[in-house]
Amino acid sequence: MEKTIVNHSQPTEYYEVYVWEWPVRLFHWVNFFSIMILAVTGYFIGNPISIASISEASAQYWFGKIRFVHFVTAYIFVFNSVIRIYWGFVGNKYVRFNNFIPTSRKQWDEILDVLKMDVLQIREKATHSVGHNALAGFIYAIGFVIFLFSVFTGFGLYSAMTDSWFAGLFAWVVPAMGGDHAVRLWHHMLMWFYLVFMIVHVYLAAYHDYVEATGTISSMFGGWKFLRKKKQITR
Amino acid sequence: MSEKPQTILEQMLAQGYTRRDFLRFCSYITAAAGVHASGLNKVVKALETKIRPPVLWFHFQECTCCSESFIRSNHPVITDIVLDKISLDYTQTLQAAAGDQAEEALHNTMEKYKGEYIMTVEGAVPTRDGGVYCTIAGRTALDIVKEAAENAKTIIAWGSCASNGCIQAANPNPTGATPIYKVLPGKTVMNVPGCPPIAEVMAGVIVHVLAFDRIPQLDGLNRPRAFYSKRVHDSCYRRPFYDAGLFVNSFDDENARKGYCLYKVGCRGPVTYNSCGIIRWNNGVSYPIQSGHPCIGCSEANFWDNGPFYQHLANIPGFGIETTADKIGTIVGIGTLAGVAAHAISTNIRKRRLIQEVIDTSAKEEKESSGKQEGGE
Repeated sequence: MEKTIVNHSQPTEYYEVYVWEWPVRLFHWVNFFSIMILAVTGYFIGNPISIASISEASAQYWFGKIRFVHFVTAYIFVFNSVIRIYWGFVGNKYVRFNNFIPTSRKQWDEILDVLKMDVLQIREKATHSVGHNALAGFIYAIGFVIFLFSVFTGFGLYSAMTDSWFAGLFAWVVPAMGGDHAVRLWHHMLMWFYLVFMIVHVYLAAYHDYVEATGTISSMFGGWKFLRKKKQITR
Repeated sequence: MSEKPQTILEQMLAQGYTRRDFLRFCSYITAAAGVHASGLNKVVKALETKIRPPVLWFHFQECTCCSESFIRSNHPVITDIVLDKISLDYTQTLQAAAGDQAEEALHNTMEKYKGEYIMTVEGAVPTRDGGVYCTIAGRTALDIVKEAAENAKTIIAWGSCASNGCIQAANPNPTGATPIYKVLPGKTVMNVPGCPPIAEVMAGVIVHVLAFDRIPQLDGLNRPRAFYSKRVHDSCYRRPFYDAGLFVNSFDDENARKGYCLYKVGCRGPVTYNSCGIIRWNNGVSYPIQSGHPCIGCSEANFWDNGPFYQHLANIPGFGIETTADKIGTIVGIGTLAGVAAHAISTNIRKRRLIQEVIDTSAKEEKESSGKQEGGE
């Protein structure tokens, strides 16, 4: 891993790299909004607020609506991920699957380096991969497995209350995990994973934006990152 | 045991019933087994030609509530099944014989009707310490189950004990109580869970086996689909309150009096597969939710460990009493936020020099470039 220090004797020049293509950015934001909606509606399904009402049950359906929103969003969440998987085969080099699974020596070195930078804060500045750094990629890979776990448990539970063939594909999950109650508990606990993931993810994006100054945050809106030209960098 | 086995029709005629009575009985059990009316012909044919099936009914680690439930079946009337249509050759609770006579009856049936008898088991089987925690006539339950299952035509596990272990298998399970299907690998065991199962469900299952000579269609957990394919929640008469978001908050509040949904006081209806909401109990009089108590999910595996019964999320073991996933999640979430805040502060302290340098440089560059622009004009 090359350690880079900006040579301040001459003006810094940047060049732009188009890292996140529009389908990736769209995936990211659809994913974000669906997880938010799923987490909020899911929390209410698990722990509904009791609205004191003088109207008859026949006149209201708010809990049914919350569940409806949860189920619809779940479908959006799943098929959005399917599009992302497809894009992993046809997209640019920053979104390919080899970014997510550390197989090379270089990736493991980078993971160590990022840990030094993020946790121990001992590296001043280092050049990491332009797209996901190796550690982030690896965490997203684990996150994807947890996505799958949420989808399997969620649709497993849903399969009992629908004739949909898609949910029916997951009907085996419930007996395999020992009944609805266990599946439901796991499905519920996973919500807290997303919450913690979101806090750390947003913070680290901001942190890297701050200490690396490559436009990490804005890249998820515009797709561009900004890198210093090599000639201005001394080792 | 009669020497020449009679068919069910022959036996009914001998008792003075008419053929019309016989047909009425056939249509009765067709409905009870959850079979469509078009299957009536098959039932009639089967009962005309088939001998009364011998039944061995074992009791192991259990409270006999399944038998208690069964003998209260009203549709079809239990005496019709037990005393007339099946030949109940061995059952500790109801048989007149005792000791050697009882054991002899058991072995005679297993010999004489090899591959013909129906084996039903009430109760779990202990497996720890060689299974010594439940023995009958000097033999362990494990031993008896394995021997009887060898040549049984059909194996039925009555109740939650035999189907999933129930309270005997609850943590810490000191006797190693094990459901029947786990000690009989490779055999199809029909599970009829519930603590106890509904009498009409038990009767329906028995008459299905009786009429069709095979077990009914089973689901992923080997439960008969006719009775266990829907959740208690799906047939609950309080379901409209659930969808409307009208919940009981505590057992003594106004909402409880109004009969709102019991979801928030721990009702397991949404995660429990059973027919309580349709068939109900005690000749269709009521069932727990109708009586104002949440379902405790007694027909689901591990229901005893999924407690407390009056809260929706199970306690997470190892974190102390009354610790749910949400409490742990909140603590982890707050911890993460605190960690992130500490990290942000640390970043600004440790990287202060670097950041200052960049700020200075950019200020310098900005001045230089604007100076150039001015110079160029």
